[in-house]
Amino acid sequence: MRADSPGVRSTSDILDAHRGDPTRLVQILRDAQRECGNWLPARVITEIAAGLGLPRARVEGVAGFYAFLHLSPVGRFRVLVSDNITDQFAGSREVAGALCRRLGVKRGRVRSDGRVSVDFTSCTGLCDQAPAILVNGQAVPRVTGMRLDAVVRCIEANLPLEEWPQDLLRVDDGVRQAGPVLSATLAPGEALKKMLHEPAERVLAVLEGSKLRGRGGAGFSVATKWNTCRLAPNDCVVVCNADEGEPGTFKDRLLLMRHADHVFEGMTIAARFTGATAGFVYLRGEYEFLAPHLREVLHQRRAAKLLGTSIAGERGFDFDIDVHLGAGAYVCGEETALLESLEGKRGVPRHKPPFPVTHGYLGRPTVVNNVETFADAAWLFANGLDAWGALGTPQSSGTKLLSVAGDVERPGIYEVPWGTTLREVLTLAGAERTKAVQVGGPSAELVPPSMFDRRLAFEDLPCAGAIAVFNDSRDLLDVVVNYAHFFAHESCGFCTPCRVGTHVATRSLDKLRRGQGSQSELNELNTLTRLLRDTSHCGLGATAPNGWRHYLDRFQDDLQRRLSVEFQPAFDVEKALAAARVARGDEP
Amino acid sequence: MTRPTFTLDGVAISFDEGQTIIEAARKAGVFIPFLCAHPEFPAHGSCRVCTVLVNGRAMASCTTKAADGQVVESNTAALTRDRQALVQMLFVEGNHFCPGCEKSGACTLQSLGKDLAVTSAGFAHESPTRPVDASHPDILLDFNRCILCELCVRASSDVDKKDVFALSGRGLDKHLIVNAESGRLADTGMATTDKAMSVCPVGVILWKRRGFADPIGKRPHDVESPRQRVEGKGKTS
Repeated sequence: MRADSPGVRSTSDILDAHRGDPTRLVQILRDAQRECGNWLPARVITEIAAGLGLPRARVEGVAGFYAFLHLSPVGRFRVLVSDNITDQFAGSREVAGALCRRLGVKRGRVRSDGRVSVDFTSCTGLCDQAPAILVNGQAVPRVTGMRLDAVVRCIEANLPLEEWPQDLLRVDDGVRQAGPVLSATLAPGEALKKMLHEPAERVLAVLEGSKLRGRGGAGFSVATKWNTCRLAPNDCVVVCNADEGEPGTFKDRLLLMRHADHVFEGMTIAARFTGATAGFVYLRGEYEFLAPHLREVLHQRRAAKLLGTSIAGERGFDFDIDVHLGAGAYVCGEETALLESLEGKRGVPRHKPPFPVTHGYLGRPTVVNNVETFADAAWLFANGLDAWGALGTPQSSGTKLLSVAGDVERPGIYEVPWGTTLREVLTLAGAERTKAVQVGGPSAELVPPSMFDRRLAFEDLPCAGAIAVFNDSRDLLDVVVNYAHFFAHESCGFCTPCRVGTHVATRSLDKLRRGQGSQSELNELNTLTRLLRDTSHCGLGATAPNGWRHYLDRFQDDLQRRLSVEFQPAFDVEKALAAARVARGDEP
Repeated sequence: MTRPTFTLDGVAISFDEGQTIIEAARKAGVFIPFLCAHPEFPAHGSCRVCTVLVNGRAMASCTTKAADGQVVESNTAALTRDRQALVQMLFVEGNHFCPGCEKSGACTLQSLGKDLAVTSAGFAHESPTRPVDASHPDILLDFNRCILCELCVRASSDVDKKDVFALSGRGLDKHLIVNAESGRLADTGMATTDKAMSVCPVGVILWKRRGFADPIGKRPHDVESPRQRVEGKGKTS
């Protein structure tokens, strides 16, 4: 199908393909949008609502929640430029400018012929291959020079994505250092078969003995989570959180590209242990290009009797995995927001308790773990407790995948044992004149050189994966301003402090960056730090201040240079009157 | 058997199993400031104004269950500052012109601002553009005053079984929408007899041709503010 041609599947075809299941609403909206030239006309929303028996406004509200679903037209080629801070330092703003200029379109608008629109988006997980763009969900890394020429050419030629040059769309693995988990090549079913006939108590003993903790950030005990689910009365669900949205994190991309079998194996082991029959991979919309590969691997596993009914010949061991796509919402990385999205709703975090382990997907006990956690679980059962126990620190067992980007010689993915110091990581990646490192992404820690000897470990410097490195040529205020805008953009808007506070913070920080900031802005930021931390509904709001908080606390010298001694109003009278002067003829 | 109790600012409050902190406090005649909570609907927990310290930890009192022996603090200087900031945020994100608003004197946001002695906006005004919906013959929707508490959404769905309202957008762009392809209230099933007509704590859902009926001094919250209602100290009680 050419990008410009009208849709071939009707709304009712799409609804049929999803069995008219309202829990598949986000998937249905994604599919409908593709058929309608990248947006959802009001009529289509009405048809979907009628077909699913949902109130129309609720369907519109779901569509309105996700950044990648559009209620007004966007270009038939919808170009999104990844705008994380390391992308910016790699030239993302210049790329967006060049694309707009050469395609003859203003950013955020649709070209008059409807062919193309260009806009920014939150980090797309290609920081090691920046500057990168998404074209109708397809990743295009390193969009500079001749590659940028090629993108413009393909769009102007109205070439369907399937016919774009393959090397333009190729995403590199980006592995710089493989440890035991990344260098393992488990045969499909190898790990599963080692635990298949073990009694639950033995499996639990392995999980407990391993001290395996979740890799998504919170570091919750896998043994406790899985066992709580196992003991819960209802039918369990296993969910793989592949909503790798924390800016600067891209290690799950690699696991899904190259080790999907390990991830699915880990999920199947979880299903065997908990008795789950249903599994989901919640794949972030930015990784849509990985979905065909994941579905192919799932298909192979079904053919090999590693999924489906009577897995590995075990009567009663029935489990299958479905890939669900997100649609551009960082907050869906929060496990209860993810479950809401998986149920076809707006991705608003739930009240806790109850927790997903007892009341998760559709109220059923649900294991939600990060991609890496499942891969580690598969490795653990394949190689045994002794091999696993040799890795890491007493409180942080095993290895950690790091996504290193920014001012380093060798950006990419590094597998290191927990307990490795940040300085060792910087040396491995070839970082020089480093001024600061954002460890774990914008929601975590901005670390100054005086703390580079801290160890990556849950008990010292926890890290869900992102290592963004900034050298002494960088303005750290650019970094924290970018992070603040990210949170304001990604706030779900449910609670007052996060909805309004993250936005107010961007104003104060923008003012600081313009050199107009004074003590009053610092006071406001300090107020917001406390308010967001204490009164937010979920972790997004509570951790949003971390970027500016660490900057204000730990980079005083940097800050003092930016402060104006006296209060300056943000409102510029001269600028505001300029238009009137022109109109009156005072100025040309 | 003695009922379980927790302390609220040092005062013992007994409660029934399953009650939230704010419910138990309300029953005991102790006021915890709130906006999105409503006795007839399940807790929502979005405004965060009812945040209290539970054993030292900040929690929304409308979504946190009371537990025996809890030490709850509500009337502290820091929490009052937080509540003031939250109320200020709700004022600046919309367009609230109290002197000209039909709901003045019957508005929970206004009353709470007064109760917390909020005397300035505190933050820069957003001044968003939010057109009103005057399409319905008897009902006016003035979205400028919406605080996104979802009470109308919940009332229309749970009580009226009509689903007239829903939320769209996210972040600061989150907004109320109505259940019609035209986007107009006139094309929904909304009626003045709906529960959703009477639950708005601010001045979004209004009767046409009604307003300013009570003179200042006799408006509902002049007679009995939300605090007085809980404390049983209103002029009517």
